[in-house]
This record gives sequence, structure tokens and C-alpha cells, in this order.
Amino acid sequence: MHRSIAKRRVVERTRLVAALAGLLVATAATAGCLGKDSGNDSGKNANAKEFSLTIAANAISGGKNAAGADWIEKWVIPHFIDDQKAKGKTAKVSFQPSGANDEDYKSKVALDLRSGSGADIYAIDGIWVGEFADAGYIKPLEDIVGADKVTPWEGWGQIPPSVQGNMSYNGKRYGVPAGTDGRVIYFNKKLFGQAGLATDWQPKSWDEILTTAQTLKAKLPGVTPIQLNAGTAMGEATTMQGALPLLVGAGQQIYADGKWQGNTQAVRDVLSVYERIYKGGLGDPVLQQDAKGRDKSFQAFAAGKIAILLEGDYFWRSVVEPTKGVAKMADRNETVGYAKIPAMRPGGGIRNQDFVSMSGGGGNVLNPNSKYPQQAWELLAFMNSKDATIAQLAGNARITQRQDVNNQVLSGDPMLSFVSTQVLPLTAYRPGFAVYPQVSQALQQATLDVVSGKSPADAAATYQKTVEGLVGGAGKVASG
Amino acid sequence: MGVAGQREIVASPATPTDVVGLGRLRAVGFVAPALALVGIFLIFPALWTLYIGATNFRLTGASARSPAFVGLANLQRALTDDTFYRSLWLTLVFVLGSAVIGQNGLGFTLAWAMRDVHRWVKRTLEALVLLAWILPSSVVAFLWIAMLDRDGGTVNELLGRTPGVAWLIQYPMAGIVIFNIWRGTAFSMMLYSAALSSVPPSHLETARLVGATGAQTLRDVVFPHIRRYTLSNTLLITLWTFNDFTPFLLTAGGPNHRSEIIAAYIYNTAIVGGDMGYSGAISLLVLLINLLMALVYLRAARVRRRAA
Repeated sequence: MHRSIAKRRVVERTRLVAALAGLLVATAATAGCLGKDSGNDSGKNANAKEFSLTIAANAISGGKNAAGADWIEKWVIPHFIDDQKAKGKTAKVSFQPSGANDEDYKSKVALDLRSGSGADIYAIDGIWVGEFADAGYIKPLEDIVGADKVTPWEGWGQIPPSVQGNMSYNGKRYGVPAGTDGRVIYFNKKLFGQAGLATDWQPKSWDEILTTAQTLKAKLPGVTPIQLNAGTAMGEATTMQGALPLLVGAGQQIYADGKWQGNTQAVRDVLSVYERIYKGGLGDPVLQQDAKGRDKSFQAFAAGKIAILLEGDYFWRSVVEPTKGVAKMADRNETVGYAKIPAMRPGGGIRNQDFVSMSGGGGNVLNPNSKYPQQAWELLAFMNSKDATIAQLAGNARITQRQDVNNQVLSGDPMLSFVSTQVLPLTAYRPGFAVYPQVSQALQQATLDVVSGKSPADAAATYQKTVEGLVGGAGKVASG
Repeated sequence: MGVAGQREIVASPATPTDVVGLGRLRAVGFVAPALALVGIFLIFPALWTLYIGATNFRLTGASARSPAFVGLANLQRALTDDTFYRSLWLTLVFVLGSAVIGQNGLGFTLAWAMRDVHRWVKRTLEALVLLAWILPSSVVAFLWIAMLDRDGGTVNELLGRTPGVAWLIQYPMAGIVIFNIWRGTAFSMMLYSAALSSVPPSHLETARLVGATGAQTLRDVVFPHIRRYTLSNTLLITLWTFNDFTPFLLTAGGPNHRSEIIAAYIYNTAIVGGDMGYSGAISLLVLLINLLMALVYLRAARVRRRAA
């Protein structure tokens, strides 16, 4: 009896070993499947009589970027289909809308592209191009479509190189930019009037902004004097409409001369502004920690509950826009004032500027796995034609990618001309490195630390440590 | 051993374990479908996690295209990472507060309180508690956000507070603990209802006759009968709660990681932060913790069977 038990144990052990060996083989077989890199066939389905394409963007009719969604659904798609019909081809084009916050949308696009499926054309933020390209999720247009098709496109001659740079990486075009933007300080003229402040406000230093906020606080109880984007919930909005405009105002770019900003005087100065706003009771710290904080800041501004807000021109044309905005203000043109963002002190900004701004901009890329790469490019070029760009404006202010269109519409809107003539000459761009979004997240966390009670010095020290880990050591980080 | 000995006698010496005389091939054929399912849905994902956790795989960037093998570096980082321990600690608080104490306590209280009430009242109350349990998570999360929101949330409106309290931002852990108690009590309540019916009415009657107080009755008559059920229930809800992702829908782990229980932490690391490799390593550690808890459960169940 004992012998048989011993024998069974041996049998069991052999089986266990066999099972483990099987598992090891399975693991080995799956190893190496994580990375992927497939070749491209730009000529595939080039002569198809019938084809279907999908456009995806973080825009949805009646919600986020409603104007953009309506333009795609009501102008681009029907006109493109007609255009193809004239060429004897049957096109089926659909729009995949989305109304999520930018970070969630980015994850979705990355996962879509990674799985080798998804839409044929994706609207993405220019700052994602580097990391998506490094991952192999997107490819240079000439690789997907062929240089003979892409290079001769008339549009390139109309798009300024600095704007093309938004959708380029390592000197190659990955997509067609959809214009550029600039950041300004918005303020509610009515609230300013009630507080006895001049309504043609143009602050000349950070101190002046904070003094004005103090006045608003004293005169208008129940109104949040200033809301400066902070925290991780807002994602890149915190960096672009908060930390970076202040940083260039303190005379530093986030990346310059081979080094990232770490625990520097400029970063500590920026974080001190956050401390003065959120510990000084000038801004609402709870709002900055809310997952829906940015949307709520829009609503509050539109409702006259926030007096000063730093935002991009997007805010003017898509948020408080009187008819289609997500937080409509019927009296936008009379009530919403805008001013240039001052440097910390006059002459203290980058390039010794008195005023500063940050610019970015998204664009459209092609999915390298598109079944119809040629037709997708045709659609992309169609979306960026002069007619389509004018149609997209629909009478609204926006700095488009095309100079020919800008020249026509520039004078029509005071806000558009303000940004294009006064803000864009002062502006700065984010570095196009794949690691930038992670540095940006670290900076967002630093602002969140300050908003939730840490001292600027401590937050900056933590930030330095995080950045060192991200960019490859203390040698690539400026400090002191 | 006694059972094995008996089997030894009836089975043929060549195949001492083949009780029903299927033969090895047919026996394998019988268990193959089950094994295949286990392999595809349990073992393969576990190994896949193990593999991802040993690389620097990211959602985007160069290491998404060609991840490098980093060995145990991710595990090492996790074991020295304060944010990982903070997340484990929050998970512990969440499990203890919402499952072990909350759902257990409230579930038993409801079951005990309802044993003598009118059937109609009992059914209604049960239906309501069950409703909280069977509604889809996303719907429930939306309702709770609408209820607890600072601007125009139901609770603030009822309290008449303007500006309201941002409940989920100021008290994120309390928020998700209370949420999970509300959500999961139904299971404990049903289990204890069944368990209480196993207490012989004659014992309760005797206790009443000798003048035992309510507390004494509970301690000396009821608990000895339902102790086994308590153990099962606690272990089951502990396992579920430990892996629960629903709180993410309420707070997304925030604000500033203050409610980032382990499931939310893994999601935030992998999808939001893009750090797939590191989150793979953490997932593996969580898998081990789960296995450990499952072992405790099996062991406890065996001890109980033997005792029974």
C-alpha cells in the first residue's frame, strides 16, 4: 500500500513537471509578441471602385467640439461622397464621435492603433505624435501613401512650417495639422465692472494679476476670483493652460539646451503662484481635484462664478461660443474680455519678452492599417482643402492651418486677429519628444501637490526626482 | 488514506487510480474541455501577465514597439514603491471597512431584524436591497455621482448647502466604503437569512423562557449555529471586494491618489500612465495575494468540513 502511494506521487510529480514544461513552452511562444512592426503596402486597394472609410475625432454633435463634429458629418462626408461619385467611385464614410476628456481619448486611440484596427483617419493632439510614432502606431505619410502622392499636395504650400512642425516628428510629416492656437487670459468684464476695475484690463506682471484677484475677492463675495488649471485630472490642460505659460513667463522653456527643467528657481516660482492662488483663497482648490474640473470651470465662468481664467482660443470659439459652445454665453462678445499673459515681471519672460503664450495644435493622421490608404489620403487632403477649411470655420474665429484661408478671414473676428497678430509672435511650442507627456504628467502632479497642501519647494523636489527617472538621469535635468 | 486503501483493493494493479475503468486516453478526453478553458482563461493570462511584468512595455513610445526584457526590475521597483504600499493600505481599509465590517454587519443586522416582520415588509425590503446589488455598475456609479456632486448634487440640495460639500473629493475613502456597503450588502443579507433559518426555533424558545437578553441569545444560541456561514461569507466578500473596480467609476482613484485602491492603481498605472510593464508586475503580486486568500479559504472550508 505504501509503495503504491509512493508510486502515485512519482506519477503526479511527473505530470506536474510535464504541465510546467508545457506552460513554459506556451510562454516562450508568446514572448516577443508584444512588440509589433508590420510592413506597409501603400498600393493596396488603390483602384477599388467601392470603399469605406472612418474618421474618428474627440468631437461629438451637441457636446465636445460640436462644431468640428458637425462639420465632419454634415460637410466633409457628403461632399466627399459626391466628389467620389463624380469620379465614378462609391465611397462610404462614417464618423466615430467621442466626447471624452483628452487623456481617455488618447488611451483609446493608442489601444485602437495597437490592435491593428480602428478608424482610417484619427484626429490627435500634435504632442502625441512623437510617442505614437516611436510605438509604430502611426507612420510618415509618405510611407503609408507614397511620396509621389503626398509631396505634390497643394496644401503644404499654404501651411506654415511652424504649424507643419506640430504634426511632424524627426523631420517627417505624420499628418496634416488642423491649425494652431494661442493662450490668453480671459476675464469677465461685467464682474470687473462690478468690482470697480477697468474693463480693458491688461496685466503686466504676475503680481498685478494676483492684486486684481484680491480686489475681486474683497468686492465680490461668492465669486471665485481666478482659476488656474492645476492637477492631474485635467491632464495636458494643466500644463498648457497653467504651468507652461507661467514657466515661459519666468524665463524658462520646459526643455532647452539638452536639459529639462527640474527643481529650478523658475519651477519654484511657478509653483509659488499656485500656492498664492489656492492657499490664499483666490481660487477653488476643490475644483482642481474634481475629475470633471475643467468642464466645471467652463460652466462656472459662463455663469459668472469665475472672474479670471487662463485658456486657449478654443475656449472662445467652442466653450463660451453663443450658439454651439458647451457653456454658451449669449453675451460673449460684450462680456468676455481677453488679455495677453504677462511675464513674471516686465521683460522677465523667455527671449526677455514682456508677454508670453504657448501654442500647440492637433491634426489628422492616417491609420497605417487602413485597408484603403490611397483613398484615406484623398479624404485627408479633401478635409484640408481650402473649401473644406472655410466650411469648417462656419463664420467662427479660428486660426486655421492654411494661410490662404487665414488671409481671408483674419480681419473678420477681433479675437482671431488678436491671437494671430499679438499672441502668436510671442508664443512658444512644446518639445516634440516622446517622453514629453510623462514630464508633463510630473509637472501636473507637482501643481496638484501644491494645491493639496505641499510647499512649492517640496513639490519641486519631488518633481525633480520623477523627471530624473523619466529622462535618464540628473545630467539631463536642470536644477538649482 | 483509508479511502485510498479501499480503492487499491478494487482497482487493477496496472492502473491503481483508474476507478471507473475509463483508460488514460478517455479520461484525458473527459477533462480536456475543462482543462482547455482553465488554460485559456486562467493560466494563459497569468503567464502573459508574468511576461509583461518582466518587460519595460509601455502603451506608447519606443518601448511599445520593441519592449526590452528587464527581469525582476519591475517587481523590485514595486516592492520599494511607496505608492504601491499606499494603494495596498487603502485596499485593506476598503476591504475591512466595506466588506468585513460593513457588508457583514449590515447584512446580518438586516437578516436578524427581518426574521419576524411581516412577509410583505420583508419582501419589499429584500427587493430594494437586491436592486442595489443587481443594477449595472456604470448606472449605479452615475447615480452616486449625481447624488454626491458638489454643484446641485441631491445630498447637498437636501441639506440645503450652497456651496455644497464635494463629498467624493473631501471624503473619498469614506465615500467608496459606504458605496460598497450599500452595493454589496444584499449577498450577506441573503446568506445570513438562510443561515438563521438553520437555528432551531426550539433553542430560541428555550433561551426566551430562561429569560436570556437579546445579546445573550445572539451570543450563546445564534452565533454557534451560524459561525461557519460567517466564515464563508467573510472570505467570499473579501475576495470580491479586494478585486473590485467599481469605486474607480466614482473617484477614479483620486483626488491625488487618496482613494486609489489596488484595482484603480493598476488601471491608472497601465492605461493612464502607460506603464504596462510595471503594472504587469503589480498585477502579478495581486494575483499572488489572491491565491493566498483563496488558499486560506479552501483550508478553512476543509477544516470546517472535518469539524462538521
